[in-house]
Amino acid sequence: MNEILLTLFNGISLGSILLLVALGLAITFGLMNVINMAHGELIMIGAYVTYVVQNIFVNYVPEQYFDIYFIVAIPVALVVAAGVGMLLESSLIRFLYHRPLDSLLATWGVGLMLQQLARTIFGAPNVGVSSPSFLDGGLTIGSLLLPYSRLFILGLAVVCLAGIYIYFYRTANGRRVRAVMQNRQMAECLGVSTRKVDVITFAIGSGFAGVAGCALTLLGSIGPTVGTAYIIDAFMVVVVGGVGALFGAVAGAFGIGFFNTVFEYATNASIGKVLIFLLIIAFLQWRPSGFVSSRTRSLD
Amino acid sequence: MKKKNSILLFVIGLIASLLVACSAADNAANADDQQDTDAEAEETNSESEDSSTDDGDTIPVGILHSLSGTMAISETSVRDAELLAIEEINENGGVLGKELEPVVEDGASDWPTFAEKASKLLEQDEVATIFGGWTSASRKAMLPVVEENNGLLWYPVQYEGMEDSPNIFYTGAAPNQQIVPAVDWLLENRGTDFFLLGSDYVFPRTANAAIKAQLEDGEGNLVGEEYTPLEHTDYNTVIAKIKGEEPDVIFNTLNGDSNVAFFKQLDDAGITSDDVTVLSVSVAEQEIQGIGADVTEGHLTSWNYYQTTDTPENEDFVSNYQEEYGEDRVTDDPIEAGYFGVYLWAQAVEEAGTTDVDEVKEAAKGLEFDAPGGKVKIDGDNQHVYKTVRIGEIQEDGLIDELWNSDEPVKPDPYLETYDWASELAESLSDVE
Repeated sequence: MNEILLTLFNGISLGSILLLVALGLAITFGLMNVINMAHGELIMIGAYVTYVVQNIFVNYVPEQYFDIYFIVAIPVALVVAAGVGMLLESSLIRFLYHRPLDSLLATWGVGLMLQQLARTIFGAPNVGVSSPSFLDGGLTIGSLLLPYSRLFILGLAVVCLAGIYIYFYRTANGRRVRAVMQNRQMAECLGVSTRKVDVITFAIGSGFAGVAGCALTLLGSIGPTVGTAYIIDAFMVVVVGGVGALFGAVAGAFGIGFFNTVFEYATNASIGKVLIFLLIIAFLQWRPSGFVSSRTRSLD
Repeated sequence: MKKKNSILLFVIGLIASLLVACSAADNAANADDQQDTDAEAEETNSESEDSSTDDGDTIPVGILHSLSGTMAISETSVRDAELLAIEEINENGGVLGKELEPVVEDGASDWPTFAEKASKLLEQDEVATIFGGWTSASRKAMLPVVEENNGLLWYPVQYEGMEDSPNIFYTGAAPNQQIVPAVDWLLENRGTDFFLLGSDYVFPRTANAAIKAQLEDGEGNLVGEEYTPLEHTDYNTVIAKIKGEEPDVIFNTLNGDSNVAFFKQLDDAGITSDDVTVLSVSVAEQEIQGIGADVTEGHLTSWNYYQTTDTPENEDFVSNYQEEYGEDRVTDDPIEAGYFGVYLWAQAVEEAGTTDVDEVKEAAKGLEFDAPGGKVKIDGDNQHVYKTVRIGEIQEDGLIDELWNSDEPVKPDPYLETYDWASELAESLSDVE
């Protein structure tokens, strides 16, 4: 019983990590249809921002406030990654909106450049951040121990999701974004500045990649290639969930997270990965457009 | 139309992700170009400066480690140690009166790249020897290349054994100098229920096959065995299995960044060194810096050298290394093995009077050197070295304190021929080769 509950929790936890990683991509790839191969590098930027914030706190802030660094790092990572995304959009991606193959290659190149940049600035060896002390240990329920860091990531994913939902479905800006994505010409006719919407939307997607990078520092080390490990998973989540459907990504993330954990528990990590890919292929045969198929004109 | 579009996008995404995997190789190619121009620049410099002396007044030596990718965390510092040794040798007059000229290449944590770069070093740069490699996969990739070209490779890392190439000198530990004594010590001091955890490639699998045979022979008990892909970062499931099996000891052969994720998440799950002993054979001082001493404190390692090892040679070595590369740098076993490997080669060349591979190999037999970790001696039969075994405990400051040592250098036995329980194992594993 305990093991089943633990596996269930692990599945949800993995799902929440995947969701965080994929949320930004669900916006840039899902809504805007930009195949952004540099998404992994935006995640990396978020992770390195956390590292830098930590070092600033170590050097300039009294020790008793050290733990706050992580809370500070999240919005900073969001802003920095969003800034990089904004720069990327206005200097490169806006010329490539109707050329998916070109944007794939261009963003991939940008990704390599960002990796090399990180290598130049921070060195090739990976760096680590020490988790804030309030995330040490875990919550004990019966004989079950749920690590605080995992719970924190789960909470962060929920908060991010709620934030994105409110922005896209409850604000005037969000309504404009959806209008532009659904019918660009019509939105333009009605006086929406589509350029502005494009920049802002891409920046938001990039910003959430930064938040994901921040969260990943709780799990492992930070290196120039940390993002590449997650980029495949992120695309998987968006495709399984349904391109263009924000909430499909939620289903995709938790579905993949849960089955991956179960398969890995039943077999081992390598075979588990094979099984999950097989399952995804079979699923896409059955539902080629993912869990939630959105019927918008933008995808035609 | 819509469906086709999204499938197309998906396929494109997949292809692109494969391309990302290749990017490491591309990086390496760039580094390569740069290296060429550097080397050329140096050549022209030295030619113009020393035009009075004979040509060929330097001896090119290759250094081939992963300077990018998942193994860079470990391998860059070995490169640094090898460069330090070369610099020291050059300051003391070089080898055969000639300066050593390092040619550095990046293996990029990608095994085919190692083979490619090794043949480039041997055929194009005509280096006298190569110092390089870390993972067994990289060594196995370079092995046919150095054998074909009758080159020399000095491999500085502990490994799984079952190999003795005539063109490779192994300055890291053979299994009987690291793994076998560690298992014996654990059985005696920490308990009999073993859980084996490793990255999914040749070293952990071979090492664990040997450990299983040893446990069967002793009173040990195998409660679990798990392998995860290199670069795996989610250990929750493995940790859940560990919780279920309640082992006394986790024998950890994970390599690279996975260690960071594993130790962090083990600590998050509330499992400390009081609950279970993790003994790692690929985690040394350098890796602990990346993992964090707070989550590894109290766990064990098995090596032949620690930064804290108490020899006069080590005092000099540590201070020279830190002076060259910074006070915050640490030294560890593969760093030391890379360092003294350069000295052993230089000594053998001096003895042979030439850099000719066959004569150097002949001269190297039985050579001794006072390395930072104590006296080492090349075994003439299998080209491994005699080394002292040391089991240590990770301290709060990230350094490792010795708990036990073997008192004297242990004779290398890569095929575990002196152990009865390993006889069948050696046969079956050599067959696989």
